Amino acid sequence: MKLPRKNKVDTIIAQYKKDSGTLISLLQDIQSEFGYLPKDVLSYAGQSADIPLSKIFAVSSFYHSFSLEPRGKHTVSVCTGTACHVKNAGNLAESISRELGLDKDEGTSADGIFTLKKVRCLGCCSMAPVVKIDGDIHGGMTQVKAGKLLHHYRKDSK
Amino acid sequence: MMKSSPLTHLEKLEKSGQASLFPNRIKITVGCASCGIAAGAQAVLEAFAKGIKKHTLDIQLQKTGCGGMCHQEPLVEVWIPGKVRLTYGRVDKEMVQTILTAIQKDAVPEGALLKTPLGAAAGICCEDVPDSSSHSFYSKQNRVALRNCGVIDPENIKEYIARDGYQGLALALTEKTPAKVIKEVEKSGLRGRGGGGFPTGLKWKTCRSARGKQKYIICNADEGDPGAYMDRSILEGDPHAVIEGMVIAGYAVGASQGVIYVRDEYPLAIERLKIALDQARKNIILGTKVLGTDFSFDIRISRGAGAFVCGEETALIKSVEGECGEPRQKPPYPAVEGLYGCPTVINNVETLANVSAVMAGGAARFSAVGTDTSKGTKVFSLVGKVNNVGLVEVPMGITLRDIIFDIGGGIPGGKAFKAVQTGGPSGGCIPAHLIDMPVGYDELAKTGSIMGSGGLIVMDEKTCMVDVALYFLRFLEDESCGKCTPCRVGLKRMREILEDICEGRGTAKDLSLLEKLANTIKDSALCGLGRTAPNPVLSTIKYFKNEYQAHIKDKKCPAGVCRELVQYAIDKKTCIGCGACVKACPVSAISGEKKKAHTINKKKCIKCGACSEICPVGAVLT
Repeated sequence: MKLPRKNKVDTIIAQYKKDSGTLISLLQDIQSEFGYLPKDVLSYAGQSADIPLSKIFAVSSFYHSFSLEPRGKHTVSVCTGTACHVKNAGNLAESISRELGLDKDEGTSADGIFTLKKVRCLGCCSMAPVVKIDGDIHGGMTQVKAGKLLHHYRKDSK
Repeated sequence: MMKSSPLTHLEKLEKSGQASLFPNRIKITVGCASCGIAAGAQAVLEAFAKGIKKHTLDIQLQKTGCGGMCHQEPLVEVWIPGKVRLTYGRVDKEMVQTILTAIQKDAVPEGALLKTPLGAAAGICCEDVPDSSSHSFYSKQNRVALRNCGVIDPENIKEYIARDGYQGLALALTEKTPAKVIKEVEKSGLRGRGGGGFPTGLKWKTCRSARGKQKYIICNADEGDPGAYMDRSILEGDPHAVIEGMVIAGYAVGASQGVIYVRDEYPLAIERLKIALDQARKNIILGTKVLGTDFSFDIRISRGAGAFVCGEETALIKSVEGECGEPRQKPPYPAVEGLYGCPTVINNVETLANVSAVMAGGAARFSAVGTDTSKGTKVFSLVGKVNNVGLVEVPMGITLRDIIFDIGGGIPGGKAFKAVQTGGPSGGCIPAHLIDMPVGYDELAKTGSIMGSGGLIVMDEKTCMVDVALYFLRFLEDESCGKCTPCRVGLKRMREILEDICEGRGTAKDLSLLEKLANTIKDSALCGLGRTAPNPVLSTIKYFKNEYQAHIKDKKCPAGVCRELVQYAIDKKTCIGCGACVKACPVSAISGEKKKAHTINKKKCIKCGACSEICPVGAVLT
């Protein structure tokens, strides 16, 4: 691992040891630094913090919020809570997947701009169906509105 | 820091909190919980700040949490000193200007939804605006756990104290022994609000008598039920109420450490909790010698990482320890053997917010509300196909009809009410004919559903109950930790059968097979997730068998939801030929002349529903 990257991981591990943190908090810190859990970082962190890589893999694959794959510039999260479901969130997710040219209902677009995820209830049920792009929640979505929204983000990315 | 005695310190904070709550000048508050912000509250707040600065107005501008009227977000309140608090709904930048212009002219801004008198001596004002106590949305509500949500600034401990906050804790620490505190909670009849309904006092008593040098209090803020956001609203709108409940619990059971296990999906709740914990430490409510007594207690936050099963106590403990959240066999219960093997009390957010109310107001006052076996109030998130979507708190024993039709204002678009789903994935669907049933732990259990954490998802004639059952099974299959076979394999098999039914491959034997599988899983799964997982299927089969039969025998989905069983068509009589659907259709399957009825090419149609969503006159039929 190259230096600036190694330094970043060292800082995270030092903090983890100082706080006597848990593996989950360590992985959360790594993910917020790198956007996902890169393999080289995990194996380096495992060695320095004396945690077997198998255990790191077990925990990182158990919880939904961890990603072992790099994500696009923007993360589009379609809420799949019950209130959103009865207001056709399933069709909405498919339409976004189509718009992004994905062959599955989740994944990263070929241009690397968007990662689409179906997520658990975001707790904004009053505005169902809801889509979250990065940190911003957009309520009262329709397929047409979502298309426009993506267009807006795509334009800003270029 | 503290220079005076602890209780005079609280008194001082109370005075300064009163001054901030009821200033001698106009105050404007903007509801800034997650849902308010999503509806544009931040922009409204900024517009007010800008306007106030521009015209150098003498106005106090503040953030509050969620007032509950989610269907009217962004919500703004104008506090006229000594008179009333006026509530304005769906506020946009234009309305901000209107409000500020009126205030500049010493006039009352028009368009208020409702008013709340400020104090007994409130002058008569705004006679044309309905009073909040008689307004249909609030008149049947009784806000105990939500007492401060939408009223106080959640980032200001003084305002919490001015609303009798930390009084219950002070009372417990100075006048009651831990045993008396437990007795008081037992007397109140408070039961766990997270779903199980276990008596809180009994849980504390068990933990108190368990052996162990170190004991823990965990606040379960892993609100995983889809369609439920009560706990998020409490944490975002009144975090100190939860902290106070935890400190009281710590004192009662003899714990010195607390952990709040909160969902990673709730960043704003985490942020406000951090601020509140910091303020509590600065004001010796947390730390060594709480309020100057010999009792020490501190709280840390543990962020979840997205696993529904972690709402289950033993899985939650594993997750706090940093491991995979797999449940274990009970007993031993966490109250005896919990976090790091030590006796641990796990209470839900709403339960803890109620604890501080019980301590401050007394058990008798708390238990005066409710039914014989369900005391107090319950917060529900009233969502789905209902007009007044929102967060409501009602006395136990109220009927579902009161909640859905009086508070919720009925079903939108004149559609027929079909069912209400309670209890999340562990609950069930209660049909229209049981709508006059009173709400309580035992009453809901009798219908085959559960109280759960408080999500009430209203469903109308356009909701397919088989699809809803499939939805929950997919959710649970995905969230099953995989440790025990009945849950891991059984749910998968049930999901496959339901998929067959929804896609037109159902056979006559499927229903009895589903019921057999469901009962086996119920009897043999390891934890609560598995044992309750069949509930959505069993309750829909029990009450909506005809819908299952229509899917299986007639290969039809009566609600027009299951894609393989429906055909999209445009009603020629209703269509106005506006062309909106032509633009919305992703596969160019719709054609027609302007202002004339359009048609759908069934061969091209992918049944995505885009046309039905966009049609302004509801001409798309399924």
